[in-house]
Amino acid sequence: MDLAIKEIRHGLLRFVLTCFGLGLLMTVVLAMIGIYNGLVADALAVVKAPAADVWVVAAGTQGPCAEASSIPADTREAVARMPGVAEAGAITYQTIEAAHAGKTLRSYVIGFEPGRPGGPQRIVEGRGLGTSHFELLADRKTGLVPGDTIRLGRDRFTVVGLVEDAMNSGGDPAVHVTLADAMALQAALDPAAARVQTARGDGGLRPPTVAAVIARLEPGADVALLTATVRQWKHLSALSQAEQEQLLLALVVDRARRQIGLFLGILLSVSAVVIALIIYTMTMEKLKQIATLKLIGAPDRTIVGLIVQQALILGASGLGIGLVLILLVKDNFPRRIVLEPFNALVLTGIILVVCLIASGLGVRAALKVDPATALGG
Amino acid sequence: MTPDDILVDVQGVAKHYGTGETRVDALRSVDLRVHAGEVITLLGPSGSGKTTLLNVIGCILAPTAGRVELDGDAVFDGKWLRSDLRRLRLDKIDFIFQAHNLLPFLTAEENVSVVLDLAGWPTAKGRARALELLDYLEVGHRAKVKPALLSGGEAQRVAIARALAIRPRIILADEPTAALDSGRAQLVMDLLRKLATEQKACIIAVTHDEKIFDGAAMSRHQTFQADGMETKP
Repeated sequence: MDLAIKEIRHGLLRFVLTCFGLGLLMTVVLAMIGIYNGLVADALAVVKAPAADVWVVAAGTQGPCAEASSIPADTREAVARMPGVAEAGAITYQTIEAAHAGKTLRSYVIGFEPGRPGGPQRIVEGRGLGTSHFELLADRKTGLVPGDTIRLGRDRFTVVGLVEDAMNSGGDPAVHVTLADAMALQAALDPAAARVQTARGDGGLRPPTVAAVIARLEPGADVALLTATVRQWKHLSALSQAEQEQLLLALVVDRARRQIGLFLGILLSVSAVVIALIIYTMTMEKLKQIATLKLIGAPDRTIVGLIVQQALILGASGLGIGLVLILLVKDNFPRRIVLEPFNALVLTGIILVVCLIASGLGVRAALKVDPATALGG
Repeated sequence: MTPDDILVDVQGVAKHYGTGETRVDALRSVDLRVHAGEVITLLGPSGSGKTTLLNVIGCILAPTAGRVELDGDAVFDGKWLRSDLRRLRLDKIDFIFQAHNLLPFLTAEENVSVVLDLAGWPTAKGRARALELLDYLEVGHRAKVKPALLSGGEAQRVAIARALAIRPRIILADEPTAALDSGRAQLVMDLLRKLATEQKACIIAVTHDEKIFDGAAMSRHQTFQADGMETKP
């Protein structure tokens, strides 16, 4: 006879409400895990998108995603000619605010050369950039759709395609434009300011610069050798893709990551205490029934089974409700919530351990109950 | 009555709590011998040790001194484990409580069959036995009802059915009729008497009403004083 299930069914509404409460707590835990993962994924999205092997940046800097980097635009030709380099592309990054649909749209503008490394890997809707000027590819989170137009700087751009999961470490969605447009955006001055500059004799003949040059190598090419060679050029530095990702995590999102990680730890501890308290209270409430069971000869394993089964059902139900809720609401969060099956698996393991420990407290109390309690006197 | 009929043999049993000035003697040198078919009522004021003796016979409480034999087995001799005593309780002893103490999450039928389930009976056989007992005690029509919806008399009869489910040889009852009106109490007592005779079991009941077993063929009273010392029956 399954006493645990029968007892749950007897007080079903109360048990369901308890599971729901625990489920809400699990939703918060899962949301924090998702925010933590999202922060890391967002931070890495921009450096992973070009699928580069080597980043050539200004000497003494950590790359365009970590700090300002400016190198001559013709560096691309020099890098492209190096042995082992399959293809190279110049790239620029800048954050721009523009008005769209009555709101201010803050976006991360990525300039790249179509046909060369630096553009998005996949266009989910529309087409790629077909002309040299005034077309853009937008991340879906910008709210732009193909056919929309938006003013960036002094020019109006038309959205021709959409991409997904492209943003900077701050969560600003990306828009991709041609390198020429991006460089013009960086250099463009207000007309009045431009007239003042011209009057001062500054004709704006500065050499064009880009943030970095990214290169994809031929199969079997030595990344370490290539980066070492570039570093000898004094005004340039080179980072492998792995170094770039590592630097980005260490320099840009490390503090936020640790902050959320610590909060997640506290949240998990609170959840553990709440689960333990619920299970312990559930056990204490039926001590008289446990005494009766012992009096009529129920072995310890029946008592232990009753408590542990209920604890596991409670934990599994709470986790299940939490998973369903977070999957339903995760796309409504302003920033990405990234949950991998591995996260759910680890949380399941943690909840399992917490439930077993919490049951242990209840079992200890139950096994200490004197059967005479049921008899009275 | 023959020596083979002895189901409960308590010799010189004492039970005390605490030491020194705080020592309390719940039982002092109690002797009690109960044969199959016998009905014993333990009489005495509150605190005289009746329930303590019931707990000792029910293998719930170990005595401080003395010897206890149940159906020929000497228990509390240091060789019995807690699990052995629990198994003995499951196989040979059952209790009828002052409050019926039915498990609230089980139906009347399940409250009876749970004992058989614990004893390892097949589920179908256990349910059949439970229904048979409930019918016998005239509560079969309430088999699917949970205790909260049973009247006091019905609940007590279900509790009795549970106590009788495994055909125990020793039935211990603590104020079994306290929650019942006089008519129902008499019915319950008649039933217990009948069971003692038919099943060759013995019944030891704690009660304040010495007349409840009057008329039983083999009934006698055991009286306790307030300090746990037995007096002559």
